[in-house]
Amino acid sequence: MSSAIPLLLAIGLGLAGWLVARSRAWKFKREAADGRLASLPNYHAWYAGLWVGLPAFLWGALWSVISDNLILQHVLSSSGATGLPAFGMRRDAIINEARNVATGAADRALSPEAQALVEPFREAITLYTWVGIAIVLILAVIGAAWAFLRLKPDFGARTRVEKGVLFVLFVASLVAILTTFGIFLTLIFETYRFFEMVSPIDFLFGTHWAPDPMANAQNPDGSRYGAIPLFWGTIFIGAIIAMTVAIPVGLMSAIYLTQYAPAKLRSWIKPALEILAGVPTVVYGYFAALTIAPAIRDIAISVGIANASSESALAAGLVMGVMIIPFVSSMADDSIAAVPQAMRDGSLAMGATTNETIRRVLVPAALPGIVAGIMLAVSRAIGETMIVVMAAGYAANLSGNPLEAMTTVTVQIVAMLTGEASLDHPATLSAFALGFVLFIITLILNVIALRVVKRFREAYE
Amino acid sequence: MVMEQTDLAGGKSLEAEADATSAPKISAKGVSVFYGDKKAIDDVSINVHTEHVTAFIGPSGCGKSTFLRTLNRMNDTIPSARVEGTIELDGEDIYHSGMDVVQLRARVGMVFQKPNPFPKSIYENIAYGPRIHGLAQGKNELDQIVERSLHRAGLWEEVKDRLEDSGTALSGGQQQRLCIARAIAVDPEVILMDEPCSALDPIATAKIEELIDELRGRYAIVIVTHSMQQAARVSQRTAFFHLGNLVEYGHTSDIFTNPREKKTQDYITGRYG
Repeated sequence: MSSAIPLLLAIGLGLAGWLVARSRAWKFKREAADGRLASLPNYHAWYAGLWVGLPAFLWGALWSVISDNLILQHVLSSSGATGLPAFGMRRDAIINEARNVATGAADRALSPEAQALVEPFREAITLYTWVGIAIVLILAVIGAAWAFLRLKPDFGARTRVEKGVLFVLFVASLVAILTTFGIFLTLIFETYRFFEMVSPIDFLFGTHWAPDPMANAQNPDGSRYGAIPLFWGTIFIGAIIAMTVAIPVGLMSAIYLTQYAPAKLRSWIKPALEILAGVPTVVYGYFAALTIAPAIRDIAISVGIANASSESALAAGLVMGVMIIPFVSSMADDSIAAVPQAMRDGSLAMGATTNETIRRVLVPAALPGIVAGIMLAVSRAIGETMIVVMAAGYAANLSGNPLEAMTTVTVQIVAMLTGEASLDHPATLSAFALGFVLFIITLILNVIALRVVKRFREAYE
Repeated sequence: MVMEQTDLAGGKSLEAEADATSAPKISAKGVSVFYGDKKAIDDVSINVHTEHVTAFIGPSGCGKSTFLRTLNRMNDTIPSARVEGTIELDGEDIYHSGMDVVQLRARVGMVFQKPNPFPKSIYENIAYGPRIHGLAQGKNELDQIVERSLHRAGLWEEVKDRLEDSGTALSGGQQQRLCIARAIAVDPEVILMDEPCSALDPIATAKIEELIDELRGRYAIVIVTHSMQQAARVSQRTAFFHLGNLVEYGHTSDIFTNPREKKTQDYITGRYG
């Protein structure tokens, strides 16, 4: 027995409704005087199929989420649950053990407390599965009655199916929005817990970052949670060094591609640039760590900087800059290409050279799109983790020297959440606070980028 | 056959030239234009005079705009376009390899079918040309050029208080006069206009036509137009193009009242086109 049964049942019933309605529609068609229906048989089929299957399916999906809780409550109210320890991991372990035995995932329970819960679990699962199935059946029957009473030769199933499709599309788009919302809520909740332990002032304005996961969780030392070095590292690597590479190179390649490159060359270079965007960041990471970082160290030593480390902000930033070139260049490319030919002609007819036309007319006119591309690239760069981990390291340094090891917000999130992490410890929770800040920053950048793009679109339509 | 046609067209232009006061500003001889393998203009010879408005008329696709764009080498921007024959500006071949296209276009300005002000301020739109050609020493002189150009384009009174507003915020007719002012600002010798009124309403059109008439005193103006009435109103010379050929070229009054060719007669009386 599993929670998937109501879902599968709903799909099966929907399919049955689909087939029955379709054959009935063909029958209508044969019987109709002129051999025509108001809607094609397939629309009859989809109309019935959606009415039978969709409400039942949605219910099944909802049920699979809530039934676990209902089952647990049922079990906890049973007589076998009285011996459970009140809180903590042991209680969870026992409940899990009993559930595993009841669902057949484990052979037998090792602890007597768990054994006592196996029977209530079996009962509850059976009960709630049947409840789920019963409600699915009821919904399917109601849907079928609704649909089949309406399906007549002159019924406009076509427009109704259109509405059904609209609904399905709406639900699909809701999933992404709700997920974002859910992520946001988790972040807020955990961030709040973190700020109960460590003052936001220490966190946002402190300059020393050294959380100790082994320290006493009850009374953390706020002075070790100063995130300024992380914010600085993020901005220095992602926004300053990477952009110093990505903006000029991306912009110039976009200008070359839109204005100078022969069509044939463009059809090669553009996809090649887009492949650059598809390279996994881990691959960039080891390129940075194994090739660029040692090269930078060697150069630094050869010009007399003796203590240059093999991990440097410069290596990470340079490679990250290369990584985001396609973001800058493809947005810039699109927006330069979107400047009307009339602008270009107007400038050339004034006796401007191609270069003057690009600098004085095309780039200013395309600037909103270019800025939006840069914003998206920045938000991509500050969210980047792998390259920094591999090339710039974990050390939280507040320094303007690009040859020093540095770390970023995302790297520290990974560091805090991996290994021996306890979700009650401020060191772990600090990851959520960092994530929250990062989320807010990228959100702001994206909003600005989208607004700029919107204004840009209005300009030429 | 080709020779004969050259002679024919040449004869026509000579006749039109007979009572012109000066040597031709632009003199095109045996000009053909190809797009790839397709011949868009076939062996056209024509003289354009300063202080005259020359109108190119003809049905859509007859090549009049293509020919206009050969006069300042705007066809260079189309990779597949190729020009044969000679076009002389003050006796100098503009397709000569030593010709500086940038300088040529400063001397032969152009106004397009759809107003195309840059998305910059009104002031910057006008100042664009003088800036790139280095025509002004200092801000004062640039201000003067901008004011003078806007005056000549008849736009000064309407925009003098909002020179910093965007050029794209003006009405269609104002935008087109802005584009004319922009072309005037570099002090050209010839102004080419490619259907400058086709995107405008009748009132704006009347203003532009008035302006063309005023500008005639200073420049050689070549205007491509769809409207025969417009050609009759603003031009002194009219050239009738059909299927890439120059059918007839002469005084506007002759073309419209007493055309020599049957095709011209059919076109101006609305038989086709």
